[in-house]
Amino acid sequence: MNLHEYQAKELFARFGIPVTRGSVAGTPDEAASAAEQLGGELWVVKAQVHAGGRGKAGGVKVARSGAEVRDAAAGMLGQRLVTKQTGDEGLPINQVFVEMGSDIERELYLSVLLDRARERIAFIASAAGGMDIEEVAEKTPEKILKVIVNPAAGLQAFQARQLAYGLGLNKEQVKQFVGLAGRLYQLFIESDCSLVEINPLIVNGSGDLLALDAKINIEENALFRQSNLAAMRDASQEDAMERSAAEHDLNYVSLDGSIACMVNGAGLAMATMDLIKLHGGEPANFLDVGGGATPERVAAAFKLILSNPAVKAILVNIFGGIVRCDLIAEGIIQAVREVDVKVPVVVRLEGTNVDKGKALLAESGLAITPADDLTDAARKAVAAA
Amino acid sequence: MSILVNKNSRIVCQGLTGRQGSFHAQQCIEYGTQIVAGVTPGRGGETHLDLPVFDTMTEAVDETGADVSVIFVPAPAAADAIVAAADAGVGLVVCITEGIPVLDMVKVKAALRDYDCRVIGPNCPGIITPGECKIGIMPGSIHKPGRVGVISRSGTLTYEAVFQTTNNGLGQSSCVGIGGDPVRGMNFIDCLELFEQDADTDGIIMVGEIGGTDEEAAARYIQNNVNKPVVAYIAGVTAPPGKRMGHAGAIVSGGEGTAAAKYQALEDAGVKTVRSPAELGSAMAELLGA
Repeated sequence: MNLHEYQAKELFARFGIPVTRGSVAGTPDEAASAAEQLGGELWVVKAQVHAGGRGKAGGVKVARSGAEVRDAAAGMLGQRLVTKQTGDEGLPINQVFVEMGSDIERELYLSVLLDRARERIAFIASAAGGMDIEEVAEKTPEKILKVIVNPAAGLQAFQARQLAYGLGLNKEQVKQFVGLAGRLYQLFIESDCSLVEINPLIVNGSGDLLALDAKINIEENALFRQSNLAAMRDASQEDAMERSAAEHDLNYVSLDGSIACMVNGAGLAMATMDLIKLHGGEPANFLDVGGGATPERVAAAFKLILSNPAVKAILVNIFGGIVRCDLIAEGIIQAVREVDVKVPVVVRLEGTNVDKGKALLAESGLAITPADDLTDAARKAVAAA
Repeated sequence: MSILVNKNSRIVCQGLTGRQGSFHAQQCIEYGTQIVAGVTPGRGGETHLDLPVFDTMTEAVDETGADVSVIFVPAPAAADAIVAAADAGVGLVVCITEGIPVLDMVKVKAALRDYDCRVIGPNCPGIITPGECKIGIMPGSIHKPGRVGVISRSGTLTYEAVFQTTNNGLGQSSCVGIGGDPVRGMNFIDCLELFEQDADTDGIIMVGEIGGTDEEAAARYIQNNVNKPVVAYIAGVTAPPGKRMGHAGAIVSGGEGTAAAKYQALEDAGVKTVRSPAELGSAMAELLGA
């Protein structure tokens, strides 16, 4: 789950990590009065969307008066911001963050994340801040600094110093960095983060370290014990179909193609998408109905994929292990009867009670194309779309 | 022969009295698996599915001589259950539970260094040695004792590989579902090592997916250490970057973990790869000359 920049900065402040002062606004007037209350002569108005690359996309504007703040906010609020991370539709800007302008001496990069290969938390730092870190890592890997944290010991001061010296910080800044990194680790652990990223972490005109941007992802699996953070979820930033799927306990990801799929198991669901592509089609979605699929859940899944107007054919691929094929078949029949299905439906059933499931589909009198195996199913679905 | 479990394995089920634990333990028992006890804190002294229930893993292991644990405990308590099993002295823990927070698993992995204990999972279907011992949630009926070892990050894709090798007569020596989480117990390499040593395994099917670099590490290991034929399939060629595809670990992030990179590494290591999971069985049959 992603947090907005303003939410992440609130969390930073709570943990004692220095951030620029600012406040969130939902209207141009609110933005102007926020600037007035903050004081100063220079403000930055930033679109609050769950995506990076805002600067280049026009989502970050510098303003030198209350009127300019109001104009900048008016130009963003209610619009959709398209960045290289959002896709063509972009994300709605419902709020802007107005913060005091900063005097920037240096731009650094700092992040905390899981190192999968080492199975531990890692700190990544770079003197090349303010840039696309993936590009830095690819073109100049020597500019990336990394330390791995022992979970029992936590981040040690020597590790933080190692990063600080590598960043070329002076004596006072090293001290600030060690404190900041330690509090960042505490925040990461206590908030069950999957990513915390500060890009850029700046050295300001007075030589102090300050988080100019803040990105936090909270791990979905840990939300059960992070109710305060879970309440910060902004559904407007999420795909509507993915959100509605989550309400039915379905794993759904929207894609651009025309062949919808409904599968049990995440691996088989990915494989089904790949098979569609392999046989010349394009998948419209990833959908895993899970191991405990009931006829009701299958029906809900069917309605969900049919709500996508781009869908020209549906491929149902079920390997019944714990899930019984006859129950899946009942769900399909129920859904096809309830919803007016105008596109071809190809069904491949295998596993527990497969004969019973196939018989139910055949007897239903509905226009369902049975498939014998994976390959047959993919070919038939591609041909039908 | 087989790897890790066989007809002599004695299993404790943690979370036996829960809905999932009851249902799947019953299925395992019907398959012929020797489940000897259950553990549910606070329910010690009861009998469930005709099995004694203990409050602690230590008691259960001491009283029954169990050497394996299977975990159906809900996610918030599952990490604790894994370490409890290791601490009680079992040599193998099979954790079926899905949804354990990653930071819990990071701690578990560090704690496991204190014990001589292997962990399969979490978020996995379990392990089966066909005809002898089923520990997990896989449908027993599609398996057949035989020559192929199966290692997979995905449950239903494991079933595809099993189904195909049963239909073409090869059968399976053992099948290990290592799970879909980013931090897990046994990995491809651990299983490859055991299958390479197992006299009854003639070939190995490996099913990977996007996310992380474990398949790349496995490819390097195969090149240097595995002489048996290996067939591999990677799911997620069409998965968009930055999106989690069902499994917590199935995500391409920061340019790392793409299916293309995994296929490349495996092919460079001389592994026979297939682009369709429907070809896993036939590709293995071809390599084995069967």
